[in-house]
Amino acid sequence: MDILQILYTIIPAALIAATPLIFTALGGLFSERAGVVNIGLEGLMVIGAFSGIVATLWFESMGLGYASPWLALLVAMIIGAVFSLFHAVASITLRADQVVSGVALNFLAVGLAVFMVREIFDRGQTDYISARIYRTDVPFLSDIPFIGPMLFSRVYATTYIAIILAVVVWYVVFKTPFGLRLRSVGEHPMAADTMGIKVNRMRYIAVMLSGAFGGVGGAVFAITTAGNFAGNTIVGQGFMALAALIFGKWHPFGALGAALFFGLAQALSLTAQQIPALAQVPQVYLLIAPYVLTILALAGFVGKANPPNAIGKPYEKGSR
Amino acid sequence: MIKRLLVGARGKSFGLIVPLIAIAFGFIAGGIIMLLSGNNPILGYTALIQGVFGDMYYFGETLRMMTPLILSGLAVAFAFRTGLLNIGVEGQLIVGWLAAVVVGIYVDGPFALVLAILAGAVAGGLWGFIPGLLKAKYEVHEVIVTIMMNYIALHVSNHFIRNYLLASGQRTDFVNDSASLSSPFLEALTDYSRLHWGFFIAIFACVVMWFILWKTNKGYELRAVGYNKNASSYAGMNVKTNIILSMVISGAFAGVGGAMEGLGTYGYAQILSGFTNLGFDGIAVALLGASTSVGIFLAAFLFGGLKIGASNMQSAAGVAPELVEIVIALIIFFVASSYLIRWILGRLQQNKEEK
Repeated sequence: MDILQILYTIIPAALIAATPLIFTALGGLFSERAGVVNIGLEGLMVIGAFSGIVATLWFESMGLGYASPWLALLVAMIIGAVFSLFHAVASITLRADQVVSGVALNFLAVGLAVFMVREIFDRGQTDYISARIYRTDVPFLSDIPFIGPMLFSRVYATTYIAIILAVVVWYVVFKTPFGLRLRSVGEHPMAADTMGIKVNRMRYIAVMLSGAFGGVGGAVFAITTAGNFAGNTIVGQGFMALAALIFGKWHPFGALGAALFFGLAQALSLTAQQIPALAQVPQVYLLIAPYVLTILALAGFVGKANPPNAIGKPYEKGSR
Repeated sequence: MIKRLLVGARGKSFGLIVPLIAIAFGFIAGGIIMLLSGNNPILGYTALIQGVFGDMYYFGETLRMMTPLILSGLAVAFAFRTGLLNIGVEGQLIVGWLAAVVVGIYVDGPFALVLAILAGAVAGGLWGFIPGLLKAKYEVHEVIVTIMMNYIALHVSNHFIRNYLLASGQRTDFVNDSASLSSPFLEALTDYSRLHWGFFIAIFACVVMWFILWKTNKGYELRAVGYNKNASSYAGMNVKTNIILSMVISGAFAGVGGAMEGLGTYGYAQILSGFTNLGFDGIAVALLGASTSVGIFLAAFLFGGLKIGASNMQSAAGVAPELVEIVIALIIFFVASSYLIRWILGRLQQNKEEK
């Protein structure tokens, strides 16, 4: 394979692998910026993947055809937001340890989703959906030489939605009053409270946003890549999204870049055997690269990653 | 008895009452889910209990299942006593499993078993050392590092098995008999379950944790750091060393847990397509067991029993085994939200006093 051929295979594969990570990492950004640790992203993706597939099958049987996966994404968004209430109630109102609550959320998501799959389908996995979101060429742009085949042909529309969403999230978090309140709640809740911001309400909104985004992330993966849902559909993508969020230093563009980079590492680990220069590199290096880099970033070797100040602490009125 | 528990509840320590109420809530919620999904909760729970106590085989399997759960629970609890949340028990358990099996395959003779278990402890300890060092030296939060270390453990151990140790299919050779924990005696006693000597090692580990934490100077220091870092530092303790030490010991417990699976239950290591979940279950065990040795033993019995009983629940009552995972997750939620239980108890007591 010559170098162009390689790029034409790897770049689209990287974009596809990165898409669910972008959605989920952006969701995690809301929650963590508001001061609520979200280890539960993985579970939110599981619930999203499950409801995305089941809703697609349901809409298909109602005869909605190719609109079904798109409507299913909406369903996954709502169910993700509702499911995240478990984490919100436990960690905000009941002041549970946020990490523990997140871990429990992951357990609950897998248990609940697979339990329901068994009850509905009488086996460990769902049927395959027939109305998938297909890869398409972007008109005109895909005809551009070099860039066209790399970035605009045979892509999923969801990838572009994810990238546009990163810009939207950046605008919301850094340029609107809502974003300022969100960040102040995560940095110094007492000061925010003094200024009349309802700390716990902001945190509820933030966690539910992370649920909505995580749900979409999981559903996008299930609908575009997997095609059905089973207990092993989402294995680690949520944690990788969390890694992207941290490696991206809790910034939307950082998270976007990190997710794309992790997507590239994933695509490389799958296709490295076909690339002469990389065939000698053991696959394991590419598999562990995202995690090693995240640790290095946290340790300050790749630029210090500082979390929001009040992260992980429940807010109690009147306490210092 | 109940009165004494409630009296205890008035003071600082809620003793047994919070975990017991959390368990009750978890089972009630599980029953409601069974009702909603068209199953009979009474039949379901009866089948679950029969799936633990109904047969010596099931009971032996439950004890077998407890073994790694106890050790991963101890691992989480030990770090927790020093104020650290070790989510990386899963990864430490995986590398401990592999290291123990490697030694078990290549070493023979009278010390093979001891060496293999030690190898597991060392590997797990090393995997805990890295997040401990980063926490002590660069103040990196251990939760994220340990999560990342889990994936690194999974991929690295798969890499070694795939490239250097593959014997047949997805697994390595069996360990030598001299390094094996399996026991024909225990198997015969429990109607040929996979119960092995590791169960007693797990009980011994409970004693070891209790001894280290409550009977040694170092244990006192570790707990002191967990209560208040600044005060410990002022009292002349080296907080950084204690953090690293705590993570290493915690990782060693987890590594031994992996060794029990590798040398006892399976006798080999295999390419894992995903996590074993034993390490994550350890978080649940430690939390429910309130980070005490006895509590962890009892919590491991509950969760081990739930996991083993689930299969009978499926065959006898037609309830999907994942119900058990839901119940476990809800129990963790309720224990973690003990604020709710305390609040309810506080209210109840107030009402009583007003009367």
